[in-house]
Amino acid sequence: MSHKIVIPIGPYHPLQEEPEFFRLYVDGEKVVDIDIVIGYMHRGIEELSEHNHFDQVPFLVERICGICSHSHPNAYVLAVEDILGGERNVVPERALYIRTIIDEMQRIHSHLLWLGLAGHFIGYNTVWMWAWRYREPILDMFEMITGNRQHYAMCKVGGVRRDIRPQDIPILRKALDELVPVIDMFKGAVMDDPVIQARLKGIGILNRQQAIDWCAVGPTARAAGLDIDVRRDEPYGVTDRLKWNVIIEKDGDIFAKTKVRILELYESINMIRQCLDKLPEGPIDADIKDIPPGEGIGRVEAPRGECFHYVRADGTNRPIRHKIRAPSYMNVASNKVAAVGGTISDAAITLAAVDPCYCCTERTAVLEKGSEKKIMNGFDLIKLSQEKTEKIRNNKDNRD
Amino acid sequence: MIKEEVRKRLGNKIKDWHKHGLRRVYFSFEPRDVKEIVAILFKELGMRFATASGQDTPAGLEIIYHFSFDKTGEMFSGRVLIKDKARPEIDSIANLFPGAEWIEREMWEMLGINFKGHPNLKRLLLAEDWPEGKHPLRKG
Repeated sequence: MSHKIVIPIGPYHPLQEEPEFFRLYVDGEKVVDIDIVIGYMHRGIEELSEHNHFDQVPFLVERICGICSHSHPNAYVLAVEDILGGERNVVPERALYIRTIIDEMQRIHSHLLWLGLAGHFIGYNTVWMWAWRYREPILDMFEMITGNRQHYAMCKVGGVRRDIRPQDIPILRKALDELVPVIDMFKGAVMDDPVIQARLKGIGILNRQQAIDWCAVGPTARAAGLDIDVRRDEPYGVTDRLKWNVIIEKDGDIFAKTKVRILELYESINMIRQCLDKLPEGPIDADIKDIPPGEGIGRVEAPRGECFHYVRADGTNRPIRHKIRAPSYMNVASNKVAAVGGTISDAAITLAAVDPCYCCTERTAVLEKGSEKKIMNGFDLIKLSQEKTEKIRNNKDNRD
Repeated sequence: MIKEEVRKRLGNKIKDWHKHGLRRVYFSFEPRDVKEIVAILFKELGMRFATASGQDTPAGLEIIYHFSFDKTGEMFSGRVLIKDKARPEIDSIANLFPGAEWIEREMWEMLGINFKGHPNLKRLLLAEDWPEGKHPLRKG
């Protein structure tokens, strides 16, 4: 082990909004250990939340993550409504539907974002460009409905802040209709491509037992065969009134994680369409004034997995404790088993496969342990990953 | 069903058992029983560990271990109170399963609770130059 080399990945990278720092210990090509350092973005939101009024907290927690900026406020209001006696008993029907529509739209844009970045990391820049190009119309829909491309500020305790106007519905439907052939194209281009299959199958494996032990959630867990999805297990919004499937794969490798996300896009589109069909008339806000003392738990299936909020109230107008656990908190930790045993050229995509709001390679440098001598930077690491794909592609071509 | 099963398995080790709505159960137990109870919930009943939430209360430091039984969507939240605020400590559950490592590190730095037997008790979120012995989520 005297020649063990340390590769630091991170902590900052312009592609992603969350700095994380991975210290890879490599022996030759092989990753033998990994040390994950987080905390660069710790802003004390749990403490800040205790200093805000119940109605102000959604704006605060929405800023935890720019990608799933509906999941956090949604989980928070569910926690507060849990104190009040449950979402179904408090929130008007129409608001339940609107919550689910926004939640699923967010899943579509988040999965497309991930697909694009994953494509870039393995050298499929066309997939990257496509995915991001077709993500734009969804962001336009967000802007039309909520006024913002991100940070929608839709959730409030007891309902939603903005209604979906009748004239917006046909436009939203059209955008969804146009998205289906695009996802068909992705499905064909990504899932049936022999090179991508060769590149992504059998790497970065998190098997079923490991997923249980590391308490993985979301697509990371579902790709490993764990049949969990908060939308079905503890329905919120109207997820139990719609027909949809939980997508499960069993291999636990990167290909399985990709497949789960692509197939979930269809389910999300399907769910939004059903919501629009059934959208009832009526008020969108119950106008809650006081929060009684008590404690509540709210959880939603964010694009990355279960997002968990615990709120305790003491009868004043502020929470006295607000615990937030984002899905990546569990999934990023599981990289410890997914990346170890693989090669450096697989590390970038493996660390990225849990969709941790992206792995950060910009400041990557390969250092000789103890000497601080720089051998590789971040671009070299992406290049390494892309070269491996190229090699597989050439081998395939030669055989054909 | 699972509620009765949990009650039966944990027996007299738990108290203050109460349901909230359809899918929430809260109960308390003594800090010395933590490993035994967590092992039953996680390993034998197949629950998923969602997270743990620590809090500084006037009576002591409180930790709630939140377990999710995904088959029925029920949450089981077990509460312990560590009365000794000067030197709070409790057995670590991170050596039962690695998914609890991070949250124990977080509670260690935020509240100053020592988790006995934790494989890697070091800072998770706070900066390296944060002063020793200062715990941001301690009140007063």
